[in-house]
Parts: sequence; C-alpha cells; structure tokens
Amino acid sequence: MTEHLGRQIPDRLTSPLTRALKSWEALLLVVAVLIFIANSLASPYFLDPWNLSDASFNFTEKAMIAFAVALLIISGEIDLSVGSIIALSSTVMGLAMTAGAGTPVLVLLGLATGLACGAFNGLLVARFGLPSIVVTIGTMSLFRGISYIVLGDGAFTGYPASFGWFGQGYVFWVITVELVIFGFAAIIFGVLLHRTNFGRMVYAIGNNAVAARFSGIRVERVKFTLFLLTGLMSGIAAICLTSRLGSTRPSIAAGFELEVVTIVVLGGVSILGGSGSIIGVVLAAILMGLVTFGLGLMNVPGIVMSIIVGLLLIAVIALPRLWSMARR
Amino acid sequence: MSILKKALTTAALASALLATTAQAETMRIALVAKALGIGFFEAANKGAQEAAKELGDVEIIYTGPTDTTAEGQIEVINSLIAQKVDAIAVSANDTDALVPTLKKAMDRGITVISWDSGVAPDGRQMQLNPSSSPLIGNMIIKLAADNLPADPPSEVAVLSATTTSTNQNTWIEEMKKVEGNYPNVKVVGTVYGDDLADKSYREAQGLMQTYPDLKAIIAPTSVGIVAAAQAVTDAGKIGQVNVTGLGLPSEMAGHVKSGASKSFAIWNPIDLGYSATMIAYHLAKGDAKAEPGAKIPTGRMGEVTLDDKTEAAMADPFVYDASNIDQFSSIF
Repeated sequence: MTEHLGRQIPDRLTSPLTRALKSWEALLLVVAVLIFIANSLASPYFLDPWNLSDASFNFTEKAMIAFAVALLIISGEIDLSVGSIIALSSTVMGLAMTAGAGTPVLVLLGLATGLACGAFNGLLVARFGLPSIVVTIGTMSLFRGISYIVLGDGAFTGYPASFGWFGQGYVFWVITVELVIFGFAAIIFGVLLHRTNFGRMVYAIGNNAVAARFSGIRVERVKFTLFLLTGLMSGIAAICLTSRLGSTRPSIAAGFELEVVTIVVLGGVSILGGSGSIIGVVLAAILMGLVTFGLGLMNVPGIVMSIIVGLLLIAVIALPRLWSMARR
Repeated sequence: MSILKKALTTAALASALLATTAQAETMRIALVAKALGIGFFEAANKGAQEAAKELGDVEIIYTGPTDTTAEGQIEVINSLIAQKVDAIAVSANDTDALVPTLKKAMDRGITVISWDSGVAPDGRQMQLNPSSSPLIGNMIIKLAADNLPADPPSEVAVLSATTTSTNQNTWIEEMKKVEGNYPNVKVVGTVYGDDLADKSYREAQGLMQTYPDLKAIIAPTSVGIVAAAQAVTDAGKIGQVNVTGLGLPSEMAGHVKSGASKSFAIWNPIDLGYSATMIAYHLAKGDAKAEPGAKIPTGRMGEVTLDDKTEAAMADPFVYDASNIDQFSSIF
C-alpha cells in the first residue's frame, strides 16, 4: 500500500480498522461467489445467460451513479438527490420528445440536465459552504417537485424506437448496452480515483479537508467537480432508465438514492469519508444484484428481501467496529 | 474469521431457502400485486388460491415489490420471466413503464394479462376490469331503489366528487340512462363535494334541507359516501334517509351497523383475483383466445367477454351490507 512515493497520502485509515478493510474487496468477492454458487445449485433457472443478463438491470443504473457517489462520500460529502435528478432529466427528455426531438438531442438534453442539477448542488455546497446532506435533501424535493409540476399524474410515452437502444439494446449476445456503460464507467472511475492526482486529492480532502487546503488543494473546486460528475452519471442513468421503461412518470427512480448509498457503503467506502475503492463498489453492486435476483427467483417476498439487504448493510458497517473492539 | 462465518451463513441460508422450490408439471401462474402488504391484494391472492384449488393443477406465485414503483415491479417480473412461469397476471403501478418488460415476457411464450390497474394494450393480452361503467351506473341506482317503497316515486339525490371527475361523471351518466327501469326512484339533483370530507358533509346537509322529503343519497365516491352517512347520522335522520353508492368496507362498517347506510357497493378483490387466475389459466392452456369479442370462462363468476380494446368487465360491483361487512372491513 505504501510502497509508492513519500508524498503519497494513504487511501486507508491508519487505524486498527486497516486490516479488516484491507481484505474487504476480497471478502465481497468470496461472498459474491458463494451466493452465485448457492443460487445456481438451488435454482435451475439461475445459470441461464439470458436470465443473468435480465438480472443485471437490477443494479446497472444504480451502480453507474454509485461510482460517482463513492467519490463524493470518500471526499466527505453526499448526494441524496440522485433519484430526483433522474426524474428531472427524464422529464426534460420527455418534454423534448413531445416537441419532436430525435434521439441525439434527447441524449444531450438528458446529460445536460444531469450536469445542471449537479452544478446547482455543487454550487450550494462548494461555493456557499452549506452541508451537502441538507442541500441535497432540499434538491431531492426540488428536482422531483418540478417533474410533478410538469407531469402531474400524466406520463410521457412514445419515445423514438432508436432511443430504446440504451435500456433495451444488446451490444452482442447477452451483453446489454447498460452492462457496457457500467463496465466503462467502472474503469474510468477506477482510474480517476486510484491513478490520478485528482483521486489523491479526493482521499486527502476526505481525510482532512483543512490539511488538504493547506497543502494547496483547491478543495471547493474538487468538490464542485464531484457534484458535477454525480449529476452527469445521474443523467446517464436517466437516459438508460427512461429508455428501458419507454416512458417518464414523476415517480421514476423513486428511492434510488438510498439504494445507491447502500451499494457504496456495502462496497467498503467509509461513510465518514477518506477511504474506499471502486472495485469494492463494483463487487457490492454485483452482490446486491445477485442477492435480489436470487431471492426473486425463490419468490421471497420483497419485504423479506429488504430485511436481508438491511441486515447485510448493518453487518457491513458494524463488522469493522466489532473487529477493532475485539482486537483491543 | 467472523466475516467468513457470516458469508458462509448467508450462503447456507440462501441454499436452504432455495431448496424449498418444488418442481412439478403444474401450471405456474404469477399474481403480481402493486405492492405487498396491501389488504386489497392479499384478498385478491385469497381468490387466486381458491381458483387454483378448483383447477387442481395450478400453483399460484403471489408476489410484488415492497413499494408501489414500476422499477420494483419490473425486477419482480424479470425474475418471473427467468423462472419461466406459464402466466403473469399483474396489477400495474405504471400503465406504460411495464410494457417493454411484459412484451419480453410474451416473446418468451408467457401469457400476460393485467387486472385491476391495467397495462397499455401493447404489454398484455387482455385487461380485466373489476366492473364497467354501465354496470356501476346501474348498480348505484338499484341499491337506492331496492330499499325504497315501490310506490310512489321517492326523491333521491346524488353527491358526486368534482364536476370534472371523469369516473363519477361517466357513472352518473350511465345511471341516468337506466333511471327509467326504476320507477320508484326520482333523481332530484346532483351536488359536488369535491372529494373533500368537509365540503361533502356540507353538501349532504344542504341536500336534506333543500329536499325535505329526500329518501336516499347516492354517493359514487368513497369520500362522499362516508361524509353523507355522517351528515345523515348527525341530522338524526337514520332510517329516513338511506345513504348508498360506492365506498370502502373498512370506512363504511360503522355506518352500515348504525343503519345510516343499508348497503353500498365496490369491487370484490377476492372475486377479482379468482377471475384473473381463471382467465390466465385458460389463456395459457390455449383453450381460450384473447381477441375482441372472445368469451373466456371464469369458473363460478361465469364468463367475461372482451371488447374491441381486449378489455373485459368482471361483474356487477359487489354489494356490502350488514350480513358481510365484518368479513370485508378487515380486508380493505
């Protein structure tokens, strides 16, 4: 971990938690493989490429956003408005579609709306120094509220057939377009966080924002960029989800923000900031997808499913603490 | 170590749960609710189980998302497609958003119908409505007429929702079409309570003052009927003015017991789940076709006829009175 340059800031907390966290990704991988094996042993329907491909929709859109939110949380901020950004982006695309816009324009508008929402969040947090949890709880209502004003109890339907490619298309065989976007996003965010100066700054800010500022890091600019990225990824997710549903309603992507945060935290990102990895988030997303799909195949009621996911999350947060207490 | 142990426990738990999946030659029909834990859908499941028992070779998979989102329902439907169920009967959270997923289900040979809350025609083979506007219009005036003397005509008024409520306006229009069939009823006027409890209450009071000989109030709205029953109770006119229309058993139980409302109607979710299962069974079996004009048998409920939008109405709204209100008031 520390065989890099001397000025490097460690991306793991140097506390007794370190050892537990160090093997976090390995543990997630083991759990994912075990669940995969259990599922395929128990259900004759599980090991079917098409079924697994369908199941990937359970996590792809959320995971795209989770990468960006992971960076935000590592830097010590949070964005709870991502589901609402999807709603607003989708609504803007719906309005444009009604006005006769084609697929390229719809995509551009979806991305632009996401960026604009991210910029708004970023401005309030980075420029005016407001706490991000308060700001994004506010914009969570604001963005979705606009969708409700535009749509009421109505819906936009009739997206062009070519627009359906993003959420319903396949690149080859069972590999969906969304899976490819998910893969690319994972690589880009992985490189950004683990292989660039920008990534080091994110860790530095999350560990100690004041020290980071004294080290010459433009903390506000980095935070603003992170909100912008989160908005952009939400815009991409909005395009995928709208395309997959083939319609827009103001209730679209309701509750996404909590599922996104769940994936991030399950992925081993410290909710207090300062540590975490993209590979952990990737594994957590796949793990969540496997668990929900596997339980779904057994027709386990959704209520039981959310209990299991909740327990999983609490266990994940509690384990490192129990671990360090046991070592003391 | 403890982490590994947890992982193993999770896996063991998962396989234990999986092991219960039974495999047989039975037809598997999935009844998908808007969300689990809602009395209405639990009751529909009861009806579906009843139909399954009657048919013999049917297994019902009753499922649904935790909250009423289209995304959650799509995840559920994807896992049903993966299990290669024979039929999916869904009450949709979103008319349009489910269409791509349900189309995929149909492409893979699964029978898809919607019931209660429908799916756009592209995404299903047929839609089962609990009732139809003419049946509802007829039922609400019949309920009033049944509790009135045969002669002379009694004054009856309507308490509706808003002037722009499509449903209520259609039902009242249908009611007026069949008014001639009930010579002992004379509809004297319609007022609008805007589906607000206090405004509906005042409008009901106003009706009793304007028409001192009023014998019944028909309120084809669940808000209006409760408010009207309360107004009648408060005016001490129980037994003099009968309140009827469309309401929810849980909200109306007290007023039925007090006598303010002798009877009212609403769809019966048990019958709805029963009929949806029957229809899904016959369509999946291939002994009925979902096309305009087709007739599909629905067991003890008789049969349904598809209209040109491949929608069908199950039956007359179900009548609730003192004899059955307790059974249903705990359901919805």
